[in-house]
Amino acid sequence: MRKQRGLSMFVFLVFAFLCIPLLIVTVTAFGEQASIQFPIEGFTFQWFAKVFEISSFMESLILSLQISFFATILALAIGIPAAYALARRQTAKTALLKSFFLSPTIVPGVVVGYALFQFIVVQLELPVYQGLLLGHFLISLPYVIRVVGSSLEQLDFSIEEVAWTLGCTKLAAFIRIIIPNITSGIFASFMLAFINSFNNIPVSQFLSGPGVATLPTILMNYIEYNYDPTVSALSVLLMLGTILLMFLIEKTLGLASVT
Amino acid sequence: MSFVDLEDIRVSYDGKNNILKNLNLSIEEGQLVSLLGPSGCGKTTTLRVIAGLIEPNDGQFKVEDKDLTKVPVHKRNFGMVFQSYALFPHLTIKDNVGFGLKLRKESKATIHTKVMEMLEVTGLADYADRYPKQLSGGQRQRVALARALVIEPKLLLLDEPLSNLDAKLRINMRLEIKKIQQRLGITSVFVTHDQEECFSISDKVAVMNQGVIEQFDSPEVIYNYPKTEFIARFIGFENFFDLTHIEDRTYVTSDGTQFITGRSWEPTKKVGTIRPEDIELIKDHDYPEDNTITGTVKVRTFLGKSYQYEVDTSLGKILVQDNSGVAYEAGDKVNLYIPEEKLILV
Repeated sequence: MRKQRGLSMFVFLVFAFLCIPLLIVTVTAFGEQASIQFPIEGFTFQWFAKVFEISSFMESLILSLQISFFATILALAIGIPAAYALARRQTAKTALLKSFFLSPTIVPGVVVGYALFQFIVVQLELPVYQGLLLGHFLISLPYVIRVVGSSLEQLDFSIEEVAWTLGCTKLAAFIRIIIPNITSGIFASFMLAFINSFNNIPVSQFLSGPGVATLPTILMNYIEYNYDPTVSALSVLLMLGTILLMFLIEKTLGLASVT
Repeated sequence: MSFVDLEDIRVSYDGKNNILKNLNLSIEEGQLVSLLGPSGCGKTTTLRVIAGLIEPNDGQFKVEDKDLTKVPVHKRNFGMVFQSYALFPHLTIKDNVGFGLKLRKESKATIHTKVMEMLEVTGLADYADRYPKQLSGGQRQRVALARALVIEPKLLLLDEPLSNLDAKLRINMRLEIKKIQQRLGITSVFVTHDQEECFSISDKVAVMNQGVIEQFDSPEVIYNYPKTEFIARFIGFENFFDLTHIEDRTYVTSDGTQFITGRSWEPTKKVGTIRPEDIELIKDHDYPEDNTITGTVKVRTFLGKSYQYEVDTSLGKILVQDNSGVAYEAGDKVNLYIPEEKLILV
């Protein structure tokens, strides 16, 4: 029993450590003071209103959602077939390829950002929007290959062979048999890649251009010059958005299928 | 020309080592033929060549004299049952079985009738709307069989379909497979490493070793007259000793014992072999002089209906199974009589 109590205590501390900063941010969003304070004085919703008044927030939010969404879709379109090929042919070479594909998750974000800057902005001279899309696609790809790959590895490939013997072409078997059996992996990788791309700062920072920047970049820049609770309010809204998303997933698919 | 012909099939994955070497096999219409052999002998590869899952490096595969070697797997119309059953986890039993028919663009009503009929035959009618993971191993096996049969395939291919079932179910299922196969008269190829299973259901057996078919005969012929030492060992012959040919049907061993055989053997065969259960144990001195060796019991093991003895003789270690009910002790001197007609030369 005593051992168990120690464990609960430990769990509680970890939980508190994770949650208290978030709680403080939430509380500061409602303060009347013009700078972020804790504890707060008074109570107001004015900072939430201000979030929607600052046009750069709204523009960058829309840009961020677009970039993350399309980059993730692109990563799925390339990553699923790649993961399939890697799972289907397991040799020493594919093991090497696999670790190569995962490297952007291991290499420090700043290095990836700088490398992409050199490649996309300096060498290719792509417009900012396309550059951001390409950069985010590249950081999303490892998540897709990793997560879809692991659900493919649990799949018995003889179900595909059986489908061929029953008259399916290879493409039809992939779409009708393989895809339906890895949907949870696809969905999980979509969520992971989307959230990761949405939160990403190092890559976005390097690839942003005049007037075109993602929300995290704008948020960082804003807080550098304005230390007001608008940032807290925006954070609360983002948290609410995530909670809503998780709630919807839980209702429709069950969280267990994603994690 | 037979119904199915494999001609000089060679398969190599790396270009150096051949998995199959100049393999020839002919199967008559309506027969159930087994490919028997230890793992790695090439039996599954042969089946996959027939299915079209592997394209051979050389050779031809024909059905009814039509060359199908280059025809892709999805156009061959063969039903296949895998060791893992390979049911589609996301589809109900009904949809699993109906999958092939749907691809053939048959009408919904036809599909329903054919599927229900097949589920009836395989005793699965009550499970039509369940999912594979809700079924037991034996039931899944039946679904896999039903799914392969409902497309009315030219050939039924079975890749170790019973090896994931427990012993009792295995015996029931192999009977059932045989019954369904005979009723539909469908030509079948069955891959297994279990000799009893294979002998019990096959019309003919091809015993494979290192990519070559060493013998292709009826189960009875293979059981009684294995052609090679490898086959003999694989199907339960345990005792091997060198023989020197003296004259027709008379041989002598290295220690001078004379052996008479029940028939004449080709002169190339120089190793005598016999199953442990075919040797007769004789304690007293009243035994024939030919075909008898003496030895000392080393180890006794109780097998239920018989005792097994490891006997030290001048020919080396000999295994004997004796069901006379007499229990010999370790150290006992015994005489081993090897009946003429049970002595096989390989």
